[in-house]
Amino acid sequence: MSTVEVAASRFASLRERLPAKQLPVLVTLALFGLMYGVGILRYEGFYDTQIFLNLFIDNGFLLVVAIGMTFVILTGGIDLSVGSVVALSTMVSSSLLTEKGWSPYLVMVLVLAIGSVLGFLMGCMIHYFDIQPFIVTLAGMFLARGLCFIISTDSISITDKTWVAIADYKLPLGNYHLSWSAIVSLVVLAVAVWVLSYTKFGRNVYAIGGSEQSALLMGLPVARTKIAVYTISGFCSALGGIVMTFYTLSGHGRGAIGLELDAIAAVVIGGTLLTGGAGYVLGTVVGVCVLGIIQTIINFEGDLSSSWTRIVIGILLFVFIMLQRVVRLGQRT
Amino acid sequence: MSERVKAVVGNRLFWPVLALVLLLVSNLFFSRDFFSLEVRDGHLYGSIIDILRNGAPLILVATGMTVVIATGGIDLSVGAIVAIVGGLACYHISTQPDQNSLSGVITAVLMGIGLALVLGLWNGILVAGIGIQPIIATLILMVAGRGLAQMITDDQIITIRSPNYKFIGAGHLFTVPFAILVALLVVLLAVLLTRRTALGMLLESVGGNAEASRLAGIRARRITIMVYVFCGLCAGIAGLMISADVSSADGTRAGLWIELDAILAVVIGGTSLLGGRFSIAGTVLGALIIQTLTTTILTIGVPSDATLLFKALVVTIVCLLQSPQFRAKFIRRRRPPVPPPATPAETPKVEVPA
Repeated sequence: MSTVEVAASRFASLRERLPAKQLPVLVTLALFGLMYGVGILRYEGFYDTQIFLNLFIDNGFLLVVAIGMTFVILTGGIDLSVGSVVALSTMVSSSLLTEKGWSPYLVMVLVLAIGSVLGFLMGCMIHYFDIQPFIVTLAGMFLARGLCFIISTDSISITDKTWVAIADYKLPLGNYHLSWSAIVSLVVLAVAVWVLSYTKFGRNVYAIGGSEQSALLMGLPVARTKIAVYTISGFCSALGGIVMTFYTLSGHGRGAIGLELDAIAAVVIGGTLLTGGAGYVLGTVVGVCVLGIIQTIINFEGDLSSSWTRIVIGILLFVFIMLQRVVRLGQRT
Repeated sequence: MSERVKAVVGNRLFWPVLALVLLLVSNLFFSRDFFSLEVRDGHLYGSIIDILRNGAPLILVATGMTVVIATGGIDLSVGAIVAIVGGLACYHISTQPDQNSLSGVITAVLMGIGLALVLGLWNGILVAGIGIQPIIATLILMVAGRGLAQMITDDQIITIRSPNYKFIGAGHLFTVPFAILVALLVVLLAVLLTRRTALGMLLESVGGNAEASRLAGIRARRITIMVYVFCGLCAGIAGLMISADVSSADGTRAGLWIELDAILAVVIGGTSLLGGRFSIAGTVLGALIIQTLTTTILTIGVPSDATLLFKALVVTIVCLLQSPQFRAKFIRRRRPPVPPPATPAETPKVEVPA
């Protein structure tokens, strides 16, 4: 055996030992650790555990939306409507609460129903009429955004007592605290992890993302699953909208513009393949945390323009897409 | 039904033209002198001219988008390119001692166009060189580009006083608004290049099957890179036009959602998002339909943001009409039904490695 062959076989065994499937998530996790470490070394007060908890408090809505997006992307689809559905949810809840004086619980149920129905309809169009997810959810995006402006072109603030109380609530954790938005997002996360890892539905989602044709031939319920993931995404967007109103206490038709891009970026940075079939919700959480920590670092830096957030997200997207490609090429050879 | 009527109705451009005519005529109910044109101070004025002038940037971007979509790609970054190019040009002019100096304006325009070409090349290399799915490859620039534009404009709106630069967006040449002439020129160039040379056929063949085209001896990669560069160029010119029209650059709002409008225009024009056959004339009609819709809604007095609802409706209807499944289920046809959905042809597209 020549030295070259020995080296090649060693390299191959090394690659086998590296978990190729989890590699992107691990890289993201390492990146997050690195950024967090740099933050602690560079800025006073960054080590405070509350800073870490704030990642979930400030980005609760993004996490909820990104989890819904993960389901869709795992099937190989995409949902561009999430930002608009979030804005619509904030508008519906604020206008019903402030102008109509509805009961807050009724408003929550209605908002969640609206989001789910929108998602359900988009899923039906995508599946039954075989139109690309991109264009269907684009129409959904226009529809939801237009509805926002039909409700009102101004922002509406929320003064409902129950709602404000929920928004102000702080769950004490020793010396630290979590808000309802963080709690909701963590509960959604737990449910999503369970559904994707331990249920038949979760297996079906991965199977469709791997190959829709094969899933169909295996007799898996493709129609039901595909429509369900868009419904889940709609539901998560509506929930994200409610969580957002806890944070801002207002509804704004121009709010959450570009949120769909942040959500997609979080999912990709979290290691989910945009072609579907591979990825983890936990990766998405790390992705959201990376986006959050970029924002935190820029806040701590003080004089850095916020436009850097977008540029850094773009660069990370590029790096992770290239990484995914390298991993895929490695698997094939 | 006579053969001639059938031929007219069967034409791909029949429905877009009909929609545009109906939209235009419906405007007569709201303003009697909708179609009147007049020449004041040697400048042509009228509602139709307004539609054309305001629609010029969209026509440009949509033309670039058409050739990209013809190769089976998509370019989400055009809105960001619009913002970056407008920002760069306005920034350069704002740093000049004399903002109206012709050399300064020309340098700004050249810098803007140059940057647009580079950004288009970046997209092209990511798609054709590295082989990333177009929607994802251009997503990178869509996200980062907004940030770049905001950085160039320093998160503010740069306002400039430069009649020479304003000419690009709001000036008149031979009594016709300059913006219309520029858009017309680019569209004509694109039509000539794609219909009078073999280029159009090569584009369609790359869109139909890039690998097969390559094996047939077509330099598919080079063509793919070229269309993204062209699309970037179109977006860049549109960016100059938009910023010149209002004499200011806004990194956050300039060109926002223009990529979606452009894709919508392409879809209305009858070009399939899956690539292959394309129609620039259809796209121009699509862009005009969108612009007329916006103008009509403004004339009626509905808040302009509600246009989005109508767009949602239009895109849904057009997509349903183009969907083979929908046609098979809901539209009775005298001719034998089209072959079953092209699912096998679609699957490989989804599986392009990213």
